[in-house]
Amino acid sequence: MGAYIIRRLIAMAGMLVTLSVIVFLLFSVLPADPARLVCGKSCTPSIIKAINHKFGYDQPLAVQYKEFVQGIFVGRTYGEGKAAFDCHVPCLGYSFLRNEDVTTLIKDTLPITAQLALGGFVLWILVGVSIGIVAALKRGKWQDRTIMGAALVGYSFPSFFIALLLIFFVQIKFAVLGFHSYTSFFDSPAEWFKALVLPWIAVAMLYAAFYSRLTRNQMLETLGEDYIRTARAKGLRERTVIGKHGLRAGLTPIVTAAGLDLAGLLGGALIIEQVFALPGLGRLSVDSVTTSDLPVITGTVMVAAFFIILANLVVDLLYAVIDPRVRLA
Amino acid sequence: MSDPFLQVKDLRVQFPTEDGVVSAVDGVDFAVAKNKVLAIVGESGSGKSVTSQAIMGLINRKTAKVTGEIRLDGEELLTARPEQVRSLRGKRMAMIFQDPLSSLHPFYSIGKQLVEAVNVHQDVSRSAAMQQARDMLDRVGIPNPDRRLKDYPHNLSGGMRQRVMIAMALLNNPELLIADEPTTALDVTVQAQIINLLRDLQREFGTAIILITHDLGVVADMADDVVVMYGGRVVERGSIDDIYYRPEMPYTWGLLGSVPRMDAGRNERLQPIPGQPPSLIRLPKGCVFRPRCAYHELVPGNRCDTERPDLLPVTPEHAVRCHLDPAQRREIAAERLGVATADPAMEDK
Amino acid sequence: MTAVDESNTSVVARRADALLRVEQVQKYFPITGGGLLKRKVGDVKAVESISFDVVPGETLGVVGESGCGKSTAGRTVMKLLDPTGGKIEFEGRDITHLSRKEMVPLRREMQMIFQDPYSSLNPRHTVGSIISAPFKVQGVKPTRGVQAEVQDLMARVGLNPEHYNRYPNEFSGGQRQRIGIARAIALRPKLIVCDEPVSALDVSIQAQVVNLLEDLQDEFRLAYIFIAHDLSVVRHISDRIAVMYLGRIMELAESERIYKAPLHPYTHALTSAVPLPDPRAERSRERILLHGDLPSPINPPSGCVFRTRCPKAQDRCAQEIPVLRELAPGHYGACHFPEERHLI
Ligand SMILES: Nc1ncnc2c1ncn2[C@@H]1O[C@H](COP(=O)(O)OP(=O)(O)OP(=O)(O)O)[C@@H](O)[C@H]1O
Ligand SMILES: Nc1ncnc2c1ncn2[C@@H]1O[C@H](COP(=O)(O)OP(=O)(O)O)[C@@H](O)[C@H]1O
Ligand code: SF4
Ligand code: SF4
Ligand SMILES: [Mg+2]
Ligand SMILES: [Mg+2]
Repeated sequence: MGAYIIRRLIAMAGMLVTLSVIVFLLFSVLPADPARLVCGKSCTPSIIKAINHKFGYDQPLAVQYKEFVQGIFVGRTYGEGKAAFDCHVPCLGYSFLRNEDVTTLIKDTLPITAQLALGGFVLWILVGVSIGIVAALKRGKWQDRTIMGAALVGYSFPSFFIALLLIFFVQIKFAVLGFHSYTSFFDSPAEWFKALVLPWIAVAMLYAAFYSRLTRNQMLETLGEDYIRTARAKGLRERTVIGKHGLRAGLTPIVTAAGLDLAGLLGGALIIEQVFALPGLGRLSVDSVTTSDLPVITGTVMVAAFFIILANLVVDLLYAVIDPRVRLA
Repeated sequence: MSDPFLQVKDLRVQFPTEDGVVSAVDGVDFAVAKNKVLAIVGESGSGKSVTSQAIMGLINRKTAKVTGEIRLDGEELLTARPEQVRSLRGKRMAMIFQDPLSSLHPFYSIGKQLVEAVNVHQDVSRSAAMQQARDMLDRVGIPNPDRRLKDYPHNLSGGMRQRVMIAMALLNNPELLIADEPTTALDVTVQAQIINLLRDLQREFGTAIILITHDLGVVADMADDVVVMYGGRVVERGSIDDIYYRPEMPYTWGLLGSVPRMDAGRNERLQPIPGQPPSLIRLPKGCVFRPRCAYHELVPGNRCDTERPDLLPVTPEHAVRCHLDPAQRREIAAERLGVATADPAMEDK
Repeated sequence: MTAVDESNTSVVARRADALLRVEQVQKYFPITGGGLLKRKVGDVKAVESISFDVVPGETLGVVGESGCGKSTAGRTVMKLLDPTGGKIEFEGRDITHLSRKEMVPLRREMQMIFQDPYSSLNPRHTVGSIISAPFKVQGVKPTRGVQAEVQDLMARVGLNPEHYNRYPNEFSGGQRQRIGIARAIALRPKLIVCDEPVSALDVSIQAQVVNLLEDLQDEFRLAYIFIAHDLSVVRHISDRIAVMYLGRIMELAESERIYKAPLHPYTHALTSAVPLPDPRAERSRERILLHGDLPSPINPPSGCVFRTRCPKAQDRCAQEIPVLRELAPGHYGACHFPEERHLI
């Protein structure tokens, strides 16, 4: 197990390095000239040159990459002399558009995304899995057909549409909840909750629809297994048969899906954050793409990739814990 | 036959499906006494497993229609409350299945699964249950039972897993044990071990056993009585010698003629049954075996095509479902099965 | 039979007309372990050493418990797997090291039938295209056209030629096995390796397929290597039988002798474990019960691989590997202490 984890971590590092190289190469061929973007209207070639020098854009690509990596592990210094400033470990770059280092930008936005993702995750797992189980147990009956019908509608809607519907009905038409901008939990728990509740529901609805189907199908498959018949033949009560033997095996595959989906969301819920104006990682990514803020794009891509790769490892380890047949080697 | 412990009368099981109603079991009668082994033989799809699951109350009554009578020690099970039947399952009647790997839960240790089986029916502490589990593993011939309790099903070999299944079935001293193809998935050497074990255990506990199999060798080795099923029906029923030495039903002849024998001369050609088993959705009007039967022309008046034969007794123990005249049946049997399996009753005298 | 001309007694005597000859063929599957670098940590010794030959028109049965290497042996001699060691000759030609491409023309002569009639046929191809596939692969154009030829084949194996355009899922298990057989005999091969061809079938259907295989053998003078775990079926169909245990041949003899005069303790136990469909015989029969399970092919026991379960094992068995040698004319066994009373 130990050797396995180490091997996986090494592989993970390898993947991140490869990814960062690819991102670097991709951006270097983009036509956008970062210096020109910052420098504005009254630009002269000498200013551009100065800016390029300050941020290292006049260096060969390999040197730029080396400095980027160095920044992550040992930190780096931008500019020279008096104008020089430090970017501390882990330095993911510096956004001259925002005049802020990328690490700080991510530190500010990631918690918001994380709150959105985790809240939505809890909600969708609770709702999706439980209605999936109900549908499986009532297979073919009206409960099953209603749930599955609703689920189909649920995930054939694009996410922005669900979000807009929520805003329209809850905030505008019935005015149950006013518009609330994001407030830290520590400042005002009530405001915090009001700002996040709709985004949570929007995220959860989408995933719950998918998870209810997944759960139903997994449960049905499990309930048809021979060992479920054995459990009944032992004389176990039906609730033990389903609640213990059925759920344990039926929900295992859900762990994989859930882990990866959560990781995907942590990388930024682009649309939901945009629609609900939540200043999260997703919005940061979208904004930086529209403004061609390369250092920020690179940083957010790396963070998102990190979550996905990490989730893969965590899910595999969890699986080995749940299913004794899985041997990690 | 002594007082039957289990009596099945006119059992019918129907599954409604999209293509039509599947009559998986259609009027099955038999009885098993304590200390006896009743074998149910037949090809796949003949309704053997459905019959056994109906006895155990494992058929979902919401999706299937089950009618008839099943009496366990006089108690009628089909009309009993489900909770009542559940309390008998694993206690007075237990079952083992064909594929021991898929029949054990992959995520729970052997010990957990055995203890659970004890605790459903006995109000004992966990450690007492664990002790019982250990002793039973020892009894069914599993070396190192203490270590095995901690193992998971996938850690064991096929034979060991089937022993675990047997141990699990026997934990509560059931009076009836149903074994659905218990050795089909195993190698012959392991099959011999398992059969031996079942025989020993029966001697020790006096259990009534229903042995379901398609292997006529295993039947000959273990059974006292035999029920031959075809297309969801009992087509012949009798003592083991009746079925092997005095079979009277063309399907039984076909089965016996199809199996190659280790001890016979190798140049003997097999005598297969032509055609395929019937679909259970649209059964022929007359005899279910009619499409594959070479003898229907001997029955006057096309009765094989128009009339369902009844299961009629030849002797008190031996019953046959066929329109052929009994004397004629005996003649054909003697000719088809030859001297190798001639009536031992005659030779013994 | 000719005299033994090899010095190595582990090789069976050469028969002049041998179609296929297998000498000490070995097949290992490497296993990579945990550890950081995933080094190779050992081998599954699926086939350790097998030697036998087959003459035209003959059936060689291969029996043994699950996992003893029967399928691997079959696939290796067919060159569907690359042998780790040993030598394979087909019609006197050494084919051990032929490449996949060089093997193509030889596939006309040697074919294979598989156990599972459900997974061995492509569900998206019609019966006609499945059976005619060998013609395409080999670029053979039957004089009367492919369809007429295939329909003849279908009729020959007992399928309705009108079902030419149907798909495999419209057929029962027994019929699918017939499709597999038709495909295998399409090019009139000389040798067919049948890997458990009837194991998945019901007894009555099994008998139909066995009879068909026998008829085809008579008609085309086919040689079969018939792999199965059901000893009764193997004995019925085979002229000679090779008994395998843990990747080795324990005994090789005429099938009558395997049952009536086994020289090897394993063969004896194996045949005695098969229940006869005859209650009277069963009641009076004595059975040798083997204890325990097959050891792992990764770490086979030293000396004789059977010694951990052998009722006759002695010290020598742990130290010295018994080689397969001719103990009686045409009767080979690999045991230090063969059954004396059957040695003639
Ligand atoms: N591709 C493979 N990689 C690793 N091990 C393998 C592979 N194929 C087979 N083996 C192993 O080789 C051994 C022999 O396998 P093989 O399939 O030849 O057995 P068999 O005698 O045909 O068994 P059965 O009766 O179950 O078909 C087994 O231990 C099997 O697990
Ligand atoms: N739940 C079910 N729904 C529909 N048909 C079923 C069901 N269970 C079994 N059957 C059918 O009943 C018949 C008898 O099955 P079974 O008793 O399993 O046969 P076997 O004799 O091989 O044990 C088969 O044709 C099978 O397809
Ligand atoms: S009733 Fe007729 S068709 Fe049926 S088994 Fe008897 S002879 Fe054959
Ligand atoms: S060599 Fe020894 S262990 Fe092997 S089979 Fe012969 S007697 Fe048994
Ligand atoms: Mg069955
Ligand atoms: Mg095999």
